[in-house]
Parts: sequence; C-alpha cells; structure tokens
Amino acid sequence: METIILFSPLIGSLICGFGWRLIGEQAGMMVATGLLFLSMLLSWIVFFTFDGVTEQITIMRWIESGSLATDWAIRMDRLTAIMLIVVTTVSALVHLYSFGYMAHDDHFRDGETYRSRFFAYLSFFTFAMLMLVTADNLVQMFFGWEGVGVASYLLIGFYIRKASAGAAAMKAFIVNRVGDFGFALGIFALFYLTDSINLSDVFAAAPDLAETQISFMWRDWNAAELVAFLLFIGAMGKSAQLLLHTWLPDAMEGPTPVSALIHAATMVTAGVFLVCRMSPIMEFAPYATAFVVYIGAATAFFAATVGLVQNDIKRVIAYSTCSQLGYMFVAAGVGMYSAAMFHLFTHAFFKAMLFLGAGSVIHGMHHEQDMRNYGGLRHKMPYTFWAMMIGTLAITGVGIPLTHIGFAGFLSKDAIIESAFAAETLAGGFAFWALVIAACFTSFYSWRLMFLTFYGEPRGNKHTHEHAHESPMTMLAPLGVLALGAVFAGMIWFNSFFGHTDQVARFYGIPLAGEVHATEDGQGTEATDDLGDDHAEAKTDDHGEGKADGYGHHGTFGGEPGEGAVYIGEDNTILDDAHAVPKLVKASPFIAMLIGLILAYIMYIRRPELPGQLAENQRPLYEFLLNKWYFDEIYDAIFVKPAKAAGSFLWRRGDGNVIDGGINGLAMGLIPFFTRLAGRAQSGYLFHYAGAMIVGIVLLVTWMMVRGAG
Amino acid sequence: MIGLEHYLTVAAALFVIGIFGIFLNRKNVIVILMSIELMLLAVNINLVAFSAFLGDLVGQGFTLFVLTVAAAEAAIGLAILVCFFRARGTIAVEDVSNMKG
Repeated sequence: METIILFSPLIGSLICGFGWRLIGEQAGMMVATGLLFLSMLLSWIVFFTFDGVTEQITIMRWIESGSLATDWAIRMDRLTAIMLIVVTTVSALVHLYSFGYMAHDDHFRDGETYRSRFFAYLSFFTFAMLMLVTADNLVQMFFGWEGVGVASYLLIGFYIRKASAGAAAMKAFIVNRVGDFGFALGIFALFYLTDSINLSDVFAAAPDLAETQISFMWRDWNAAELVAFLLFIGAMGKSAQLLLHTWLPDAMEGPTPVSALIHAATMVTAGVFLVCRMSPIMEFAPYATAFVVYIGAATAFFAATVGLVQNDIKRVIAYSTCSQLGYMFVAAGVGMYSAAMFHLFTHAFFKAMLFLGAGSVIHGMHHEQDMRNYGGLRHKMPYTFWAMMIGTLAITGVGIPLTHIGFAGFLSKDAIIESAFAAETLAGGFAFWALVIAACFTSFYSWRLMFLTFYGEPRGNKHTHEHAHESPMTMLAPLGVLALGAVFAGMIWFNSFFGHTDQVARFYGIPLAGEVHATEDGQGTEATDDLGDDHAEAKTDDHGEGKADGYGHHGTFGGEPGEGAVYIGEDNTILDDAHAVPKLVKASPFIAMLIGLILAYIMYIRRPELPGQLAENQRPLYEFLLNKWYFDEIYDAIFVKPAKAAGSFLWRRGDGNVIDGGINGLAMGLIPFFTRLAGRAQSGYLFHYAGAMIVGIVLLVTWMMVRGAG
Repeated sequence: MIGLEHYLTVAAALFVIGIFGIFLNRKNVIVILMSIELMLLAVNINLVAFSAFLGDLVGQGFTLFVLTVAAAEAAIGLAILVCFFRARGTIAVEDVSNMKG
C-alpha cells in the first residue's frame, strides 16, 4: 500500500507530462489528479490503521559500494504517516484547485499547452516529497530533498515569459544550495562516523556520537553537536529560516497553487521534518538544539515584523509561513518534536487554505495582488471570504483559553509557546517572548489582510472590482476540505501530539520507561489501537477529568534511540513541564492575539487613515520593515555583488585574457612563428637540401663514431 | 711508396670536391651532374683501392657496375636537363626553386 502511495504520483506525473499528446491535455490532468486522490485515500487508511511500530518496506537494493550498502526502502513510522497525509492531502487538493486556477492564464499564448506541464510538475513534486518523508536512509532523503528543490525551481519559474519569475526560481535554487551543502556535509560526517547511512544504524549509534570528538575545520567538535548543526543548516535552507530565508518571499512569483503546496504546506516543512526525524541525534546535541531554538525564534519574530507592512497579499502569507516555521523549529529545538509535528500538521491545513483563498481572490480580481487595491470583497466572494476567515481564525490561534477547544492553530501554537516557556533555558526564555510577540504580530497582519481585502470600500481599479467574481467549484471545494482540517485537526489530534506522555508515546510508538501510571478512567492501561476510540476518549478527557486533575505524571519516555518515530531522552521532561506552566503563560498567546486583533481593527476598520500617518511618523522603521530588514540589500552587497564581480573578473580576465588569450596566442602567434621559420628553411634550392643532408649524415656518422658505433 | 692511404686521400678529396660542387654551384645544373660523377668516381677509387689491398676482385667488379649505373644516370640526367631547358628556358640552379615552401 505504501508503495502505491509513493509511486502513483510519479506515474501520474509521467503520464501527464509525456502522455498528454496521446490522451489529451484534460485526460492527462485527470489521470494525475486521480492518482493523487488515490494516494491520499491510501495515506489516510495507512494513518488510521498504523499501529505505531516502525517497519521497513524494501523496494530494491539501491547502492552497494564498499562498506556502503543501502536499500531503497520506505521507513514507515508515525512521522512518515503524518507527513504522508499532509503531503498527499494538500497535494491532491491543490491538483483539484489548479483545474480552476490554471484554466486561463495570460502568461501563455493562445493554444499553448501549459496545464499538463503544470500538473506533471506538481505530481513530480509530490513524488519527490514522498521520497523525502518515507526515506529509510539519508541519501534517499537527500534525493527527495533535491527532487523537491528541482520541482520548486520548475514551478516558481513556471511563468517562463516573466523575467522576475525566472530570477526568483534561480534565487530559490541557489539559496537552497547553501543549506544543502550543510546537509550533505552532515550526511558525509554521519557516514564517516557510523559507516552507514541507514537511519536505524545512525540512530543506534547516536549515544556513541555524543562521546566522540571529530576534527572539522580548525578544531575538534563533539560529533553529535557537529552533525546536528550541519543537518540543521540544511533544514534552515529548505525551511527558509533566518539568514537563508530570502528565497521564500520571492518564490511567490510562482502560481498560487504552487505557493500553497510547496511554499506553505509541504516542502518548507521538510526542514522541520528533518530535525524531528533526526531527534535521536538532536537529543544528544544540547548546543545545536539551542541554536535551533534561537534561529527559530528569531525567524518567527523577524518574519512577523516584516509581514506587518507588506502590501502584496501573497508576500504577507509568505512571511507568515516563514514565521510559523520558526515556531516549529523552536518546538523541535526545545525537544518537543511532537509539538513541532503538531504545528506542522495543522499549519499545513490552514496555511494551504490561506494561500488557496488568496489565490481565489487573485483569480477573481484578475491577477491583482496588491491589497491596497482590494477592499469590500466579502460580498463578491462569500465562500472565499469564509474560507479565509476560518484560516485566519486558525492561524491567529482563536480558541477558548485554558481548554482544548479552538481552531487548529490555537492548540498547536499554544503547545509550542508552552514548551518554549517550560524549557527554562536561556534560549527557551528568549523563544517564549519572541513567539508571544510574534503571535501578536501574526494576529495583526492576518487581520490586516482580512480587513484590507474583504472589508471597507473597494479601492483601486473600478473596472476590476466590477468584474470581481467568485471562483469556480473546483477551487472552492479544496477550500472547504481544508477548512475542516483548519477547524478540527487541532482538537481531534491534540492528545496524540501534545497529550499525556503515555498518549504521545503510544501515538509515536515510543516505549515508556518504567511503569505507566493509570489514569482514573483506566485509559493508560487500555491498549487501544483504534484511533477513533482514542479520540472519543480524548474528547471525554478534555471535558472531564482533563480539567479536573490537570496533568499528572504519566510516565516518562524511554526506549533506545531509533525505537519509535522520535526519540526523547530520559531527562527530557518538557512535555510534562509544558503542561504544568502557569495559567498566564498558557493564556499569553491568546492575549497577544487579542491585542493584535484590536490593533488591526482600530487601524483598518475604525480609523483607516491611521496606518498612513503611522508610516509617516515612523518613516525609518516603516522603511526598515518594508524592505525586509534590508536582508536582500545586505546579501546583495556582501554575496551577490562580489560573486558577480568575481564572475566578471574570471570571465573577462581569467577566461577572456588568460585562457582565450593563451589559446589564441598559441594558435595565432607561436605556431605561425615557428611555421614561418620552418617555411623559410624550404628555400626550394637543391643545394640547400643537399647541404642539409650532408650535414645530417656527417653529424650522424660523427655521433656513431664517438659513441663507438654500439 | 704509394700506399692505400694515398688512394683513400685522393678519393676523399675528390668526394669532398664533388660535394662542394653540388652546393656551392649556383649557375649550372650540368655542374651538379658532373659533381655526382665525381663523387661516384671517388667511391670507385675507394673500391678499387680496397680491392687491390685486400686481394679481392669483387670490389673491381662492383666498380664496373657502378660505372654502368653512372653512365645510365648521366644519360637520364642530361635528358631531364634538355627537357627542363625546353620548358623553362634556363638551367641556372638559382632559378630552380619550385620546391620552395
């Protein structure tokens, strides 16, 4: 079944990409989409029937060279199962959505076939992403990693006649190269240290790594720290974390379904997935994980501030994605891999929906993306409006504080913020404040987006507004499905991801250390494999004893690294600590959300002239944020300009003068010089030739006589 | 007493004169032919001298053979020369530079 899930997108991609000439464009798209839906269906079946025990499904022997022996295999555990449903669900819905969105495109000429290409790329991306998440060894993961990079490149640059799209595609690819370099080094280091790239072997060797020193660059490092750090560099590139984030906003040049699928829900979360997957190593690398927390928190804060002032609707959501990825990294960094995956899971739903909603608005508004030209659209596009509303409620974290009832983002974001607080380290404290402030900003820019787009008076081109229309059914249906996820995903799976230790342990297939404390209703001892049952219990748990006794001690995580989907060290008690944080901390994201909402309401509904005045008064700050902290400019000055100068130098001086000059000098100077010399020897006079012959013979004879005619 | 070395000296002198006759001469192709004859004769003297010295008649037989070939060569050479003169109107060696590269 897993094999079918993995390969049906590939087959769909091949049929759609190459077969559309035979079966027609529409049929090709249908096939690709149909196979994706099949994949999605099977993924959900796998997710619900999965019992938490890690298993490997070998497809074929892949590489055998020296001591390196690697199978191409699917590693089926809870992490994979979660990623499978995230990837296939969002991908299938985006396929469906693209039927409507890509139906007419001004970027292509009449009669040009571009949709089958688009669908083939989408399906190929899905295959690569599935390769990444099902990988049983690091090289296979790297294959998927690069595969999604290629697909991302192709799809960002999909509008082939748009120069900025091409530039953005290249930027995404090149910035990712920086991160991939770290990832590749990490893989090399792991192979060097453990003589294997299979995840099971690597995980088993993790405790030894923590004791090993390895010399790298100018000094010795702790092996686990170094490997974790290098792998995180890779994750930073893919997940657009601070310093390597510059490609993500530019990637919005691609079609909106691409932004939803790749740059919101799936590919950018690959970094988070990598960190969670490598949890056995991360657990032994306290400094590297602290670094993860710092970067994640800084990204969450930075991206949120930039999101406050952007005017392009897609860029706001892009920065929001960047910011939410920061949240996930904070969770992974403090050791709450489960919370990171929780937010990844819920974020996939509501962020994909926000993007698809934005796409619907853009589609309805004839490819106008500037929010200053929107306004009052809620009557024109009621369904899109409600979808976006649900997405916004989810991302800003609306729910009832101190309970487990709320939109998806409410539960997962709170889980992360509580975990950060509970970490009680310097990094955790920093992350907590950064995340709470970011939550306030998140709320502000999300509501700003809503208010600017759907409320107020129509602004901008009157003609466009008159022709603004609701999107077709193929585009609205995915929004509806995602809305369900955005509303319920958090509540349904809260206990699995962030419940008691034993619930989380069972969900991830992690053995418990010591005895399991049975709860009052005997839930802990009941081995319920059926998740449906689990939910029912979870629900009662929420309403009943959950509140009554708070969070008791429910055992601690145990097991060896590699057992279960994530490894949580014996002394990692963040989960319990996070449940025990003060009420004020638990409520803090909600308060931050309210502040953001009220500010946005005042500034964009009550007194719409206020933002302009504020921007005037705080000109430098506004410019600073509008220009994204000048990261692009700084990089341009530090990296791009010198690289261009070096390239230009090598081209003109190195290639032009030295190499071409050398070849030309040789071919046009030196050789003709000698030919002329040799030519002059050919005088044509008999006596010259005869003389040369005689001199030659005399020399030969003399030489032989001197040498003794040996 | 005239010994072998005298013969060899004369032959060597003739050979060198022949050589110089070939490439110091700028004017006349006939002189080249004559120089070749001279060199062949120098070789003949060597052959005869060694034949007498070693008491082996093969050397003198060889000399006769060389003379025959030289005669044939002179005949062919002169014939070429006549043709060449007819074609070019000159037999000055300086003017013969068709092989110039």
